[in-house]
Amino acid sequence: MQQLFNFFIKKKTFILFLLLFSYALSLTIQSHEYHQSKFLNSSSQVTGSIYGAFHGITQYFNLTSDNKLLSEENSRLKMLIFNQEKAMPVDSVLEYKYELYPSLVYKNSYAFPNNYLTLNKGYNDSIKEDYGVITSKGIVGIIDKTSKNYSRVLSILNTNSRVNVKLKKTNYFGILSWDGKSPEITQLKDIQDLVKLSIGDTIVTSGYSSTFPPNIPVGSIESYRLNATQDLYIINVKLFNDMKTIEHAYIIKNTDINELRTLNLSDE
Amino acid sequence: MNNTVVTTILNFIGLVLLQVTICSNVNFLGNLNPYVYVIFIFLYPIKNNRLLFISLSFLIGLSIDIFSDSGGVHAAASVTIAYIRPLFLKFSFGAAYDYQAIKFRTINFTQRTVYFFMLIVIHHFILFSLVVFDKSEMVLILKQTLYSSIFSLIICLLLTSLFNKKET
Repeated sequence: MQQLFNFFIKKKTFILFLLLFSYALSLTIQSHEYHQSKFLNSSSQVTGSIYGAFHGITQYFNLTSDNKLLSEENSRLKMLIFNQEKAMPVDSVLEYKYELYPSLVYKNSYAFPNNYLTLNKGYNDSIKEDYGVITSKGIVGIIDKTSKNYSRVLSILNTNSRVNVKLKKTNYFGILSWDGKSPEITQLKDIQDLVKLSIGDTIVTSGYSSTFPPNIPVGSIESYRLNATQDLYIINVKLFNDMKTIEHAYIIKNTDINELRTLNLSDE
Repeated sequence: MNNTVVTTILNFIGLVLLQVTICSNVNFLGNLNPYVYVIFIFLYPIKNNRLLFISLSFLIGLSIDIFSDSGGVHAAASVTIAYIRPLFLKFSFGAAYDYQAIKFRTINFTQRTVYFFMLIVIHHFILFSLVVFDKSEMVLILKQTLYSSIFSLIICLLLTSLFNKKET
């Protein structure tokens, strides 16, 4: 027994190192699995407020380009209103299926295989997990953690991200994922080889999941090839969104999400 | 004594803030970021309680991880170089280390560069191996390690010489 104690005392640095290293390793392995990293994330109060304070300074650097983006979007929306033939009925019965919340991006990354964003809205603003996040140009990701005032977004530039999308022209749908290489190109899989593709075709969200409404633009086909078994396409999709410079994002709340969820649960 | 404790705490907080707010958003040439928080581990006083030193190194790595949502990759890399640091101190500074007579302020540029470079390469190799986490992507890991190491080394040397001037 005495010898055992002596051994531990002699090797105490090594044992401490081993303990800490294996703890770090377990955290790493958890982070590579979807929905596993439980409490260590950037949407907590402390980290969120530090990012917020710093964002207060850096937001001024991008004012010109942000203003341009917002006015472009404004003009597009105005055009939609002007070209609408019938006026919208003003009625209290009218309910929106999707609600949009504007938010600011406090932290963004795209240099790693698993990227996350931090937004300045949390469950105090009735933001919950599994809400979609978009910009005026395309989709950004899905909320996967919320705290009081901040939320973390699983970016589409994350190897764990899966989004249901379709070809706008032919309505064939597949899964959009990312191989972790270029922050401009994502991969669309599960499209059959019978489908006619051409470079430049638009990809939009399918609306089959409750997260994103249908027909939100995602990107265009840059190139495509057949997979190893020669029956499905692997399509490289060039994103419309520039994931490197996101300042303003919209969080989409599907007001039917609870109903859809209970429906799916009763199915199982 | 009190003075070193205060400097260590200030170093810790300052380097974490510098890393997460500025250095992690450089993205030079697409995806290169310098990791400057390792300076904390390099310049931690030589006469130390090793258990405390290893725990502090783990903590600084973990803080960076929490900010950048990366699991425990920085913590693992930091705790490793903290554990093997004495080996490299001996290698870089030889006899001076045996007498515990090194002053980081006074060592010459070449020795400092060699010492920094070796630890940075090891740190970055562990970091990117865990970030990529795929054996078949070895080339990518090595490439990232090499480029980022050079970038980090330059920034670390600049930063340390900047603050040395002020103190003397």
